[in-house]
Amino acid sequence: MDQHLPMEQHTELLRFITCGSVDDGKSTLIGRLLFDSKAIFEDQLAALSATSQRRGMSETDLALLTDGLQAEREQGITIDVAYRYFSTPKRRFIIADTPGHEQYTRNMVTGASTADVAIILMDVRKGVLPQTRRHTHIVRLLGIRQIILAVNKMDLVNFDEKVFNQLHQEFLSFANPMGFDDIIAVPMSALQGDMVVDRGESLPWYQGKTLIDVLESVRVDENIQHAPFRFPVQLVHRVRNNNELNERRLYLGRVESGKVSVGDEVVVLPSGVNTQITSIDTYDGAINSAIAGQSVTITLNEQVDISRGDMIAEKDHPPRSEKSFSALICWLSNSGLDITRRLLLRHGTQTVAVKIAALEYKLDINHSIHVPTEKIAMNDIVKVLVRVQQPINMDSYESNRPNGSFIIIDELTNDTVAAGMIE
Amino acid sequence: MDVSALNHLDRLESEAIHIMREVAAQSKNPALLFSGGKDSIVLLRIAEKAFRPLAFPFPLVHIDTGHNFTEVIAFRDRRVKELNEKLIVRSVEESIKQGRARIKTENDSRNALQAVTLVDTINEFQFDACIGGARRDEEKARAKERIFSFRDEFGTWDPKNQRPEIWSLYNARVHPGENMRVFPISNWTELDVWSYIARENLAVPDIYYAHRRSVVRRGIQLVPVTDLTPPRPEEVVEELWVRFRTVGDITCTCPVASEAKDVQAIIAETAVTSVTERGATRMDDQTSEASMELRKKQGYF
Repeated sequence: MDQHLPMEQHTELLRFITCGSVDDGKSTLIGRLLFDSKAIFEDQLAALSATSQRRGMSETDLALLTDGLQAEREQGITIDVAYRYFSTPKRRFIIADTPGHEQYTRNMVTGASTADVAIILMDVRKGVLPQTRRHTHIVRLLGIRQIILAVNKMDLVNFDEKVFNQLHQEFLSFANPMGFDDIIAVPMSALQGDMVVDRGESLPWYQGKTLIDVLESVRVDENIQHAPFRFPVQLVHRVRNNNELNERRLYLGRVESGKVSVGDEVVVLPSGVNTQITSIDTYDGAINSAIAGQSVTITLNEQVDISRGDMIAEKDHPPRSEKSFSALICWLSNSGLDITRRLLLRHGTQTVAVKIAALEYKLDINHSIHVPTEKIAMNDIVKVLVRVQQPINMDSYESNRPNGSFIIIDELTNDTVAAGMIE
Repeated sequence: MDVSALNHLDRLESEAIHIMREVAAQSKNPALLFSGGKDSIVLLRIAEKAFRPLAFPFPLVHIDTGHNFTEVIAFRDRRVKELNEKLIVRSVEESIKQGRARIKTENDSRNALQAVTLVDTINEFQFDACIGGARRDEEKARAKERIFSFRDEFGTWDPKNQRPEIWSLYNARVHPGENMRVFPISNWTELDVWSYIARENLAVPDIYYAHRRSVVRRGIQLVPVTDLTPPRPEEVVEELWVRFRTVGDITCTCPVASEAKDVQAIIAETAVTSVTERGATRMDDQTSEASMELRKKQGYF
């Protein structure tokens, strides 16, 4: 029960994504992680056990926990990304549970976009599959720098150390060149529970951390705190005090990267006006400085014409401001790119008309090579040249995730059709 | 201030403020669904944090089932007055009278019927976004839902055809007649909500705290004895210390045994409970594995 201490002391939140192909045991792993960390409740367990019995299973199938939708239960597959929550005394966790199935790329892009860490799940009997390469490649593209290789189903190879070591090496040989900061391999049996939360008895030769120990100790991605200050303006409020003739303009938004303090010199884009931060306010009162992730209200030294979509940024390290740039896009829509459609690009709080001006290459994520392409279909990752109607104030995705990412919206259907990462 | 200065609740709050401001910026005619329950009480504080010193850029809307606990309605009205914001109430009772919603018996749960009144209200006021207090930890169909959840002109949620939601680039664009249901506290858990209520010192209706109440035992649930939910002939009425974990429609909301008389005691209980919020308290979620999903497909929030 001491797993469930009140939350107030938690300062750390780790978001991770689980990747794996169908039948790698991903649902079982998540079920085990939640069950052994006491995050499954009695009534949920009762429902799982009733369903398991109805399906003629002798034991409760923990994998059923992750099937939230009727169609998923009927077909025994996972359709869409689900988000799950659990905590240990050390940390809070949000799992982006993504299906390993046909539509893998777009779902994985969605789940990986907010994750600090990825668990790449592998069936020890199958070894490195094309799926494993794809998943690893995609999470790296999405800016994830730490991965955990979960070598599952060790019980089916008699917990053989040699098999594990061999797979680990095989994985490192293709993943190392991708430039991860950290790759941690853990042998386990999610079904029996070895090395997930409890060490179990079956893997005495493995002296490393259990999966949960790794999740509790990997670093939460803090790069964004150290990037230059970026503040896309969400809303502008005009407030007139009773006895003041001058109205005060309040700029509402979230610090997307870096930090800002009262008195800092900033530049307002696109106008290029240099000014100073006069105050940083919150409902709970004025503060001296704000860091990435904080929603605040900013006022400036001068009356500048600012509206939604503009950006307040660090004066000495401003973002690039360009109308034409290279990006990798992942196509999300089941209708492919039609260049006659009117498309919009949303970057931060800015929305502008966009054209895909040129297709440079398509990424073959099975072989990590570039192939020429004339068209874009669902799940394709393509390097493109993008032209926008007005300049956007951007950084590269690699240096600044929030200010280097965008989505493309089809103006007719309003659907989100692509996710983009600026080079 | 370094990164460790933002704790978990700060992060959740900040994300929720960001989401609410996106609704205000992207939607022409939004509304905030306020029932007087704990999740929507948190939403109101988030709205204050997002927009004060100005008024909220949306009215508050309550879809009244007519089966509410009186304490909750009194609380609702008091809170709206304190905030000096506009409240629109539309009633399921009225939908039934007009023949828009059907019930089999007078005392049936009206939870599912709320969808009809909600969709009618959205049409009446042409709301293009409705902010609600749903959380992904509540129920497994919810775990699959987006923060900005697209609903077609019939108010229907199609789990197989959701808009991708990537980074925090939310797309609230809809055509006339369609709308977005927006859930700023998607990533919060029941424990987060109570921790936040404690931190912000927010008032909640009294029935959330332990009080004596007549109940009967039905399975794992304690069913309150009310005019709408009388005891069955074979059942024994007991007087117990209880509190409500959710405050929905009287006919389908059960209290739990508890002596927690203040927020700290509730937090301590929530931290060690072995039953989910809905498992302990909602009769209508027990009827089938997919009840929440089905209701959402019919337009429920």
